[in-house]
Amino acid sequence: MSARARHLLSAGDLDRTGAVEILDTAERLDHALAGREVKKLPPLRGRTVVNLFYEDSTRTRTSFELAAKRLSADVVNFSAKGSSVSKGESLKDTALTLEAMGADAVVIRHSYSGAAHRLAEWVHGSVINAGDGTHEHPTQALLDAFTMRRRLRGGEGDLAGLRVAIVGDVLHSRVARSNVLLLATLGAQVILVAPPTLLPVGVDAWPAATSFDLDSALPGSDVVMMLRVQRERMSAGYFPSAREYARRYGLDARRMAMLGDDAIVMHPGPMNRGMEIAAEVADDPKRSTIVEQVTNGVSVRMAVLYLLLGGADE
Amino acid sequence: MPSAALTPHDGATSVLDAHDVGRIVDRMAHQIIERTAKADPGFVLLGVPTRGVPLARRLAARIAAFDGPAVPVGSLDTTLYRDDLRLRGVRPLAETVEPPGGITDRLVILVDDVLFSGRTIRAALDAIRDLGRPRAVQLAVLVDRGHRQLPIRADYVGKNLPTSVGQTVRVVLAETDGADAVFIDDKVGAR
Repeated sequence: MSARARHLLSAGDLDRTGAVEILDTAERLDHALAGREVKKLPPLRGRTVVNLFYEDSTRTRTSFELAAKRLSADVVNFSAKGSSVSKGESLKDTALTLEAMGADAVVIRHSYSGAAHRLAEWVHGSVINAGDGTHEHPTQALLDAFTMRRRLRGGEGDLAGLRVAIVGDVLHSRVARSNVLLLATLGAQVILVAPPTLLPVGVDAWPAATSFDLDSALPGSDVVMMLRVQRERMSAGYFPSAREYARRYGLDARRMAMLGDDAIVMHPGPMNRGMEIAAEVADDPKRSTIVEQVTNGVSVRMAVLYLLLGGADE
Repeated sequence: MPSAALTPHDGATSVLDAHDVGRIVDRMAHQIIERTAKADPGFVLLGVPTRGVPLARRLAARIAAFDGPAVPVGSLDTTLYRDDLRLRGVRPLAETVEPPGGITDRLVILVDDVLFSGRTIRAALDAIRDLGRPRAVQLAVLVDRGHRQLPIRADYVGKNLPTSVGQTVRVVLAETDGADAVFIDDKVGAR
């Protein structure tokens, strides 16, 4: 990212240097605030960040809001429900209206893939993609990489040689796509594990291996990332039943025991407990990083906001 | 690893060598013991990155070597508190590490390599305010080159160096640059 970039639209736009810069900045912001009474830093005083959310979200919206507030920016939250969107206003008109009110950055979540890219063509401020349809969710990939680096690489450098299994509903997952792009940039080896019906067309071109068999992928993995089964995006039957899915692709205690000693279990949330991940795995104090991921999300989003908005306007 | 910072390029004059820097740090350590350590043994040293941090560590080591107290050392990044943050491209952050035991109710001695406009120290004072409430704050600098833009002065000065505004003072240290020295560059340097 660094001084040259104005937007964060895709994890694929980041090169190794830019990605490591974001992770390093996040570490430093995290250390700067650790143990403090006043969890606030001044660099974005007087800047306005708009959270433009067309899709339901708890953690991402809250996380961006906290991140912006901790850097002293003013935050406007906008959700499609209860706004002019329900009167039929287009994305473009809504964006131009918000910009006319002086937004320096727009954080957008939208159910259409490509919405963030379109928005970036219309507004002058920075655009941060907080999830567009089944396409990308770059800050989630960054917080996942941050969590892996902290747990398994001492919080420094890249992720060279790290073996990551991403398991489940890859087809509907913007988290998977962004993670594959970013992890490849950072030097990790990724294997996607899913039933054939939940792998997207063209997955062969992704910088990742694929497998249909979870049991064989687990022993060699340092990280297992479980994806949420996105039933709200499923109009057809992608697997026979929830029970069958859980048996073939769910992470339970038996499967967790196949992992190496230091391996960690991740999930972007929200979880379907008992479906893709068993409750005892999700709550495992040693391996599960699910709560940590949420905490790290604030630091990583602070880093992104600082790097996009902290310097001079061009 | 010798770095480019070591080679005095065109227009650079070496004003202090490694021997001078060592002697100055020793003198400052003695001064801190005489003026502060006896009256206020619970003080901490807070280095301003980049080169204030190794300087603070050296001062702590010399104070201990001269039978002074064991002094906790921390580092304080001032980047996010600078008043010129918006005037240039975004800057990388340096590490902030609170000294063991924190700073609240203690005497804090800020340590930096060069005192110039005073704006870094103003930013450091703001940053300290967010970390806690020290009993008092003092300032130790290796070089005071003048041209203050704010009402700030140092309590401990290693070397007063008369300069003109257009010159650049470069401090290099073994920890960050491979060797100790201070240069004056006539041309506007990398800083």
